Amino acid sequence: MSDAAALPAGRAAARPRFRRPTAIPGFRLTFGITLTYLTLIVLLPLAVLLLRAASVGPAGLWALITDPRNLAALKTSFGLSLAAAAIDAVFGLLIAWVLTRYRFPGRRIIDALVDLPFALPTAVAGIALASLYAPNGWLGEPLMALGIKVAYTPLGILVALVFVGLPFCVRTVQPLVAEIDKSSEEAAAILGASRFRALVTVILPPLIPAMLTGFALAFARAVGEYGSVIFVAGNLPYVSEIAPLLIVIKLEEFNYAGATAIAAVMLLMSFTALLAINLLQDFSRRRFGHV
Amino acid sequence: MSETTVPSIRPPARPAAASAHAALTEPRPVRIALTVLAVAFLGLFLLLPLAVVFVEALSKGLGPYFASFAEPDALAAVRLTLLVAVIAVPLNVVFGLCASWAIAKFDFRGRNLLITLIDLPFSVSPVVAGLIYVLIFGAQGLLGPFLQRHGIEIIFAVPGIVLATVFVTFPFVARELIPLMQDQGTTDEEAALTLGASPWRVFRTVTLPNVRWALLYGVLLCNARAMGEFGAVSVVSGRIRGLTNTMPLHVEILYNEYNYVAAFGIASLLALLALVTLAGKSFLEWRHADALAGRGAH
Repeated sequence: MSDAAALPAGRAAARPRFRRPTAIPGFRLTFGITLTYLTLIVLLPLAVLLLRAASVGPAGLWALITDPRNLAALKTSFGLSLAAAAIDAVFGLLIAWVLTRYRFPGRRIIDALVDLPFALPTAVAGIALASLYAPNGWLGEPLMALGIKVAYTPLGILVALVFVGLPFCVRTVQPLVAEIDKSSEEAAAILGASRFRALVTVILPPLIPAMLTGFALAFARAVGEYGSVIFVAGNLPYVSEIAPLLIVIKLEEFNYAGATAIAAVMLLMSFTALLAINLLQDFSRRRFGHV
Repeated sequence: MSETTVPSIRPPARPAAASAHAALTEPRPVRIALTVLAVAFLGLFLLLPLAVVFVEALSKGLGPYFASFAEPDALAAVRLTLLVAVIAVPLNVVFGLCASWAIAKFDFRGRNLLITLIDLPFSVSPVVAGLIYVLIFGAQGLLGPFLQRHGIEIIFAVPGIVLATVFVTFPFVARELIPLMQDQGTTDEEAALTLGASPWRVFRTVTLPNVRWALLYGVLLCNARAMGEFGAVSVVSGRIRGLTNTMPLHVEILYNEYNYVAAFGIASLLALLALVTLAGKSFLEWRHADALAGRGAH
């Protein structure tokens, strides 16, 4: 701990200053603990993963990634996650709007329920969805009669990914809907815009960055999702096998290189999503004055 | 500094639409249609999965339902889950308090980078979170031979489960505290210091009471995730019944053995935990909204 604490102190002496002077005590201690703990638990282990992936070499890595089964799993994961995040973005906006703007009985309970996917363990969600959409389940049976098979197909994966991503899309948009500047709405109405036109040209545009942020968060979560998917997916190689499951399978075969290669691709994608989220929030802060 | 507006996730308490002019809201049929659509979507995607857990668990009556908890393996799973949460949550509370103190009370270079790095575990797949520890501590891992020589078991043992849980729950407390403590600034602490309080006393009697509800909020979410984590834990656990099986892993084993009543029985306990978490979270948002930081996504 004292090693990490020594780092900022050493840099503070140099110009420009590392830290602005203040009367508050405890910087070295708390910063040291933070940096040490972060490094040991998060940064070093992730670095080991990336180093291990790099040690396979670019050619080896490419061969592992383009292996048909790996490629199919990555395509399934990314494709379905994009689709699920898109569905979540649309319904997230709708739900945020309805919960904030309209009054109806049970609204508060429904509002609290939106966070269920955050709180419900993924394995529980997984077996619940599998049981719901199984051919003899509450929803599976009527859907089967319509000729739609959900459980044990890519459609089942999509349902699970929509479930886990929904709260991100509602909760990023909801505070903004609550804070919409009423005067611009009134101005649009006074100037003779129809309600539809006011919605499309005045109210919705400032919400778009938040929608995109929710989309990116839901996407990042969906790509890595494991527990709620595997029970309802069927896990058929090339068809309904997701990338995280393939990592588990490779690990069980002691194929560390294969597992590491897939994990590295997924990490890079989630870092890209994270970067996109940060840029979006920066843009939104500058353009609209809020996140 | 206490005047800073706290954007709440909670919608305004007074109905905004009720008094609005017709031109400032949608026509009534549109409002009804949108409400029905939103509620139907939530019912279909959130409420039904929750309901089916309890219906399946009780499908053979109360006797078999309670019998599923009395199994020694189930009890061992409950005990391990509690043990893991009791270790992981306090660790992340201490870290969260340190990180938020360092980040919110001081101005230093790279502060935003540090915040991003703290959030990192949220964007890492749980399976990858398990994998990184296997790559370090596993039999073929970086430290594997060393650990084997000294007879230390981490992977397929409790320490690995704790590590993986700490990783996935890492940001919860810190990210609730950082924005709130940034809003609160340092004037309270400076006043206490001027009056001669020791740093530890300032923290205990000024800072901690200021952030107690946000801390509780973070602990609630952290605990729910710690007890419910599946992917990361399943990679490092080895699923040894009675030894390295947490409740979510036990649910999976029972389900794969077609023991649905027992699987949904244990699952119903976890679902109850989720409902208690949601209730506590909603209560804090409703009763102590100003004592929580404004937040967007989790």
